[in-house]
Amino acid sequence: MAIRRGRGVAAINYPTGMNLGGDPTQALVHSTPTGNFMVTLSSVDLGQGMKQIMAQICAETIGVPTDRVTVDTADTDTGPHCMGTFASRGTHRAGNAVIQAAKEARQVMLEVAAEELEVNADDLETDGQGNVVVKGAPQKSISIFDVALSAHFKRGRSISGRGMFLIPRSYPEKETGAMKPSTCYAHACTVAEVEVDDETGEVTVLDVKNVFEIGRALNPKMVEQQLVGGSWMGISHALYETTEPYYPNRDHGGTDFGEYVMPGPGDLAKTEIVVLERPSGDGPYGAKGPGEMCANPQIPAVANAIFDAVGVRVDTLPITPERILRAIREQRAA
Amino acid sequence: MELRKSYFADERKDDLNELGQGRPRSDAPGHVTGRTAFFADRTFPGLLHLKMVRSPHHHARIVSIDTSEAEKHPGVARVLTARDVPHNLYTVLILIQVGPEDEHVLAEDKVRWKGEAVVAVLADSERAAQEAAAKVKVEYEVLAPVLDIESALAPGAPVVNEYHGQNYYMYDSGECRKVRFGDVEAGFAEADHILEQTYWSSPIEHAPTETTGCIVVPEGSGRFTCYTNTQAMFFTLDNASIILQMEGSKLHLVGGTVGGGFGGKVDVTTEPVAILAAKLTGRPVAFIYSREEEMQVSSPRAAEKIVLRDGVMNDGRIVARKVTGYTDAGAYSRHSPYGAQKGAGHYPGPYTIPNVWIDTYCVYTNRTPSSAMRGFGVTIADFALEVQMDKLARLIGMDPLEFRFINAYRDGDIKAHRQPTEGAALIECMQEASRLAGWPVADRFYALSSHPREA
Repeated sequence: MAIRRGRGVAAINYPTGMNLGGDPTQALVHSTPTGNFMVTLSSVDLGQGMKQIMAQICAETIGVPTDRVTVDTADTDTGPHCMGTFASRGTHRAGNAVIQAAKEARQVMLEVAAEELEVNADDLETDGQGNVVVKGAPQKSISIFDVALSAHFKRGRSISGRGMFLIPRSYPEKETGAMKPSTCYAHACTVAEVEVDDETGEVTVLDVKNVFEIGRALNPKMVEQQLVGGSWMGISHALYETTEPYYPNRDHGGTDFGEYVMPGPGDLAKTEIVVLERPSGDGPYGAKGPGEMCANPQIPAVANAIFDAVGVRVDTLPITPERILRAIREQRAA
Repeated sequence: MELRKSYFADERKDDLNELGQGRPRSDAPGHVTGRTAFFADRTFPGLLHLKMVRSPHHHARIVSIDTSEAEKHPGVARVLTARDVPHNLYTVLILIQVGPEDEHVLAEDKVRWKGEAVVAVLADSERAAQEAAAKVKVEYEVLAPVLDIESALAPGAPVVNEYHGQNYYMYDSGECRKVRFGDVEAGFAEADHILEQTYWSSPIEHAPTETTGCIVVPEGSGRFTCYTNTQAMFFTLDNASIILQMEGSKLHLVGGTVGGGFGGKVDVTTEPVAILAAKLTGRPVAFIYSREEEMQVSSPRAAEKIVLRDGVMNDGRIVARKVTGYTDAGAYSRHSPYGAQKGAGHYPGPYTIPNVWIDTYCVYTNRTPSSAMRGFGVTIADFALEVQMDKLARLIGMDPLEFRFINAYRDGDIKAHRQPTEGAALIECMQEASRLAGWPVADRFYALSSHPREA
């Protein structure tokens, strides 16, 4: 009877979006009279920070600081259609729609600024600090505050834009299954290290090293929170969670957080994250959707590490101490 | 977290200003100081609370429903049954023409899972609603249940859901979604080894901090404002509009920050009946799942059974992979036909295999309907695929990481569902993992890249 150590690896990919039903999201962008920008959506922020990232995407595209952008979302009276926040699609689909809307708004903004500055709009750029400047002659500039006032009160222009991102529906071919089920793919490789007590079947995940390729990390801090959270969820799926511990028997299901087993802070492994960026061709500024995939590779990596440690395979999730112990006993009896 | 910029550096211009920066989230201070408003933080005068009478049986015929005692209970405003629901038969994906409608908002003739909604009770307080719900008398004739994938597919099994007619979803391709690529039997014939293994998973709960729910307010304009934590605003609005046979213009859905979704709030389970209750009583209505309902009534991740049969060569090449996947949808479709299909588009994983055969089934059982959850169709598939990869590597005496390099897909490789691979980065992820974990592989694998193979 001993504590045994093992290591396992897993590598995966993951699709962005749900293309098998048509996958639309729309966005509207407009400026206030003083040159702040509103992004209007009906996408839902699930706590992952959707509003923040949409503000940054809009700001990047228009060329203003992020704090000049406000996101109004999840209201069906004001927000244009979004299919929903799921399938790792939020940043990718809504982000593309926001870019298109913001480009259109930016163009109007530059046209109004051009009239004020008496130059050609093509000769203008933004300085990222809230001004429109003449390319190569930054001393000739106008604040976006003044551009917006001019548009509203003098020129009668609406600094606004419409954005639409639609992946058309893909119908799988009946006999061959030829289909386009998604757009860009994110990737991951995870190495997990575990200790298994071969007397009790208990598993301690010591260390999880994750490498994720996610297109572009649009906000690395938010990427980190999602990837770390996902990595923990993967461990939880591998070892702990189920509503029906003896599926298909429907008894013994947890009804609260006391009975439904999830890892506590003490059960979480040392977690390392490395992010690679291979920009996707169709993503907003190259982003892919890492939301779901980041919880997947830990499950097989932990399973493989358990085998490496004690030489038994548990091919049923979750890999509970009971299942490990039964497998060890079966192996010893054989 | 570290951004390793050396990979794909030539494909990236690091010229972003507002993006690419680790900016603090604008909503974080609200979350950590308890000031973020969630839908249930709202209070309204005259608010009614909805509690559901649920089936205690896996499978039963409803003989009679007697709500008379419940209606007399102090504080009760209204009791709803199937008769009150204008279009009681629904399925959420009907919006994208994935039918048939197969589920009752409130049970009519039968219940098909333990926990199915039968009668809704509305009262001044949660307690009164709970007490009155206990006074609803439903007489059942218990039927034989089907509780697992194998007995559901066995000949002569009781039919779980008559709207399907058989215990699996009928795709346009037949009893399963099919992918056929190359000649899988020829691949097996050529293989040095064949390994067939079966993998299982149990249902998993999303376990959000905030349980599923909504509050509906009838407005003076004749419209209904529904404060909800759905993950999909118009998906919910449009389904509610169909179920209630009410113009969409009468509905105003307001979301906000959701306290965790993970796919569990893509189903449309609380809004239609709560809007109906607000319409019939003229009062605001709250329908919020208890923690127990969230755990056992809301859709979990499906249980799955996955059979993988692989043909592998001694040099490490996988030459054939046959996948038979089963998704336990429970009693109703919800999003499971899509999930099973998503699996078909995902196999054989991020590897280039010349001969692939995939069948994915969506199977009905007398269980809590499963539905979307973070990665559905893929998460359990990846568990099976990557454990299988480990077994195959050991079978031929090869390092598990090196074995994956040999089979990893690259740009331009045609996938089993006949799409060319683009933007692949599996090889680079494995190279970095190898370095990070101190798991060395042969030099030739560090020299690989995801770029197209030489012709």
